Amino acid sequence: MKTDIILCGVGGQGILSIATIIGEAAMNENLYIKQAEVHGMSQRGGDVQSNLRISSNPIASDLISKGGADVIISMEPMEALRYLPYLNKEGWVITSSVPFVNIPNYPEIENVKKELEKLPNVICIDIEQLAKDNGIPRSANVILLGAAQKALGIDYDKIEAAVRRVFARKGDAIVEANVKALALGKEAQS
Amino acid sequence: MKKLLLGDEAIALGAIHAGLSGVYAYPGTPSTEITEFIQGNEIARERGLHSRWCTNEKTAMEAALGMSFMGKRALVCMKHVGLNVCADPFVNSGMTGVNGGVVVLVADDPSMHSSQDEQDSRFYGKFAMIPTLEPSSQQEAFDMMEFAFDYSEKQCLPVLMRVTTRMAHSRAVVMVKDEARKENEKNYDAAAANWVLLPANARRRNDKVTAQQAQLEEDAAEGKWNNLSGLTGKKAPLGIIASGIAYNYVQEAGVELPILKVSQYPLPKRLVRELLDSCEKVMVVEEGQPFIEEQVRGVFESQNILGRLTGELPRTGELTPDCVAEALGIPAHRAEIPSLVAARPPQLCQGCGHRDVYTALNEVLKEYENPRVFGDIGCYTLGFLPPYKAIHSCVDMGASITMAKGASDAGQWPAVAIIGDSTFTHSGMTGLLDAVNENADITVIISDNLTTAMTGGQDSAGTNKFEAICRGLGVSEEHLHVVVPLPKNMPEITQIIRNEINYHGVSVIIPRRECIQTFKRHAKEKKQ
Repeated sequence: MKTDIILCGVGGQGILSIATIIGEAAMNENLYIKQAEVHGMSQRGGDVQSNLRISSNPIASDLISKGGADVIISMEPMEALRYLPYLNKEGWVITSSVPFVNIPNYPEIENVKKELEKLPNVICIDIEQLAKDNGIPRSANVILLGAAQKALGIDYDKIEAAVRRVFARKGDAIVEANVKALALGKEAQS
Repeated sequence: MKKLLLGDEAIALGAIHAGLSGVYAYPGTPSTEITEFIQGNEIARERGLHSRWCTNEKTAMEAALGMSFMGKRALVCMKHVGLNVCADPFVNSGMTGVNGGVVVLVADDPSMHSSQDEQDSRFYGKFAMIPTLEPSSQQEAFDMMEFAFDYSEKQCLPVLMRVTTRMAHSRAVVMVKDEARKENEKNYDAAAANWVLLPANARRRNDKVTAQQAQLEEDAAEGKWNNLSGLTGKKAPLGIIASGIAYNYVQEAGVELPILKVSQYPLPKRLVRELLDSCEKVMVVEEGQPFIEEQVRGVFESQNILGRLTGELPRTGELTPDCVAEALGIPAHRAEIPSLVAARPPQLCQGCGHRDVYTALNEVLKEYENPRVFGDIGCYTLGFLPPYKAIHSCVDMGASITMAKGASDAGQWPAVAIIGDSTFTHSGMTGLLDAVNENADITVIISDNLTTAMTGGQDSAGTNKFEAICRGLGVSEEHLHVVVPLPKNMPEITQIIRNEINYHGVSVIIPRRECIQTFKRHAKEKKQ
């Protein structure tokens, strides 16, 4: 198997925790992993992305080629569009529908949604509302991961086990909140 | 044992496993995580390895030389521009040589994700005549550390290890050894005169190190880090020289060509010649500036050497798998970003004290004709962008104060310098002394958020000492002010700024409020 994933959003939205969970699951499956992150100045409210590559064969490049990504997981709808040149023809976009408006020239959200709807494979979810409605406001990013699970090429229970391991040191309540978030995401995409 | 590690973390763990006794560093993207990893590592804590942040890269390099003098192994970490700050001890460390192994880890930032230039540190290695390593994977980075320390001691020279952003900030699975080598025992084995660079001693060392170069180059040709493969005995139309992480992009393209992988310098000319002799043309693929390419081409134009200088690869900026594939003749994937997508530049955090400082400063400066504000390196450089558009310069660490002074010397008024707390102790203090000595007509704002914020909140060397430092440098008490940058204090802050601009001499205003990011982190830690 080989899955090339672009994780994106705005600095501070928690894309790296999604990457950590996928990385944990992949390592447990003895897969090869390469994950390029962005640290430093751009983390301050700017656009951020991480290239995550998992494969059963050795991986050469840390970066994904244009047209090479199988999945874009985005915490923000306009940010999902920014990385479309990297998506392959059959690739999936799994994105939060909630705009993060911290710039004066943010486009009309309806136009952003129209642009997303042009894509053949897109899942667009109001993860923040879903998280609030279910009493897990801090686990919106894991809902998004749940919605992306099918596109990752890793079994659901393997991802769930990784969620449990990654959050274990934060206590049972946080583990269960995130397991629930993962399930909500899975449900929302089907 | 298998671990998922950032390149920076693999380097850090590799150094610990190689018997490190201390890391010396100043934070700088993309090198910061190396020292942070060592600070949090169990073996490092058990052994009491030195890992506190230094005031700047120069003090870091010199402390590492002191540790080496005592026979122990030291690692120095910095970003590429930090090497300029410690260029003096770095270059001279080639002359002194080392006793305990010294590895200088420099993280370059091509494409300037978080930097002011894209200088290539390999030039410094050649310049200082010290061996240079450039790992191509996180595993290699881990494995190379032990080699680097051993080799440093064997050659009695420091070793430069150069990585770039994509190596420093990319994770991969790394096989690590279970056992960490013991630290070196303290010893006085160094030839004493090597450390005293009086001309007579330095000349002797210079002859020795110059003569050593042939051996270093032969070691690079023979060693396992450089590798020539894919020769068929027939002349190939194209061969590749790829260094460090660029090697991966060539692999990714999946072309089968003769290839010389370079991860150890001096550049092994013997292997280069072997490749050149068996190929019609050779393309040089390297991250950063055309360091290898220029050496291979020499001063003459050659139609047979391709790379950044001939336009097959972009002349500047970071390599990508796309541009390397295209250079190798693989058609590029063409797709555009939808036109409605707007740029989202980084910005100061909501609730950040720098915001209040700029609000106050802008309000006061409206009252003057042609005010000029000299900025510095840190989060507050973002004050250049809207909505503040508050600074007119940002050159290097500490240049705010000295440039304001120079501009004032040339007749500028008001001349305001704005500098962060950590940047001030890194390189601003000496400039402030210059200003005080001439009572320059400048207003210095030390925006103190009690941390090195830009790189993620590391300790700042001058915390709780700024008033004392300023007094010690000779700033007068009546022109030294501390304020709390909050909207409710605007009237007080603006009045102080106005008064001090109107005072024709050196004044220092210290707006002090904790960085909002570290504040949130500390609040969270308290709750837990």
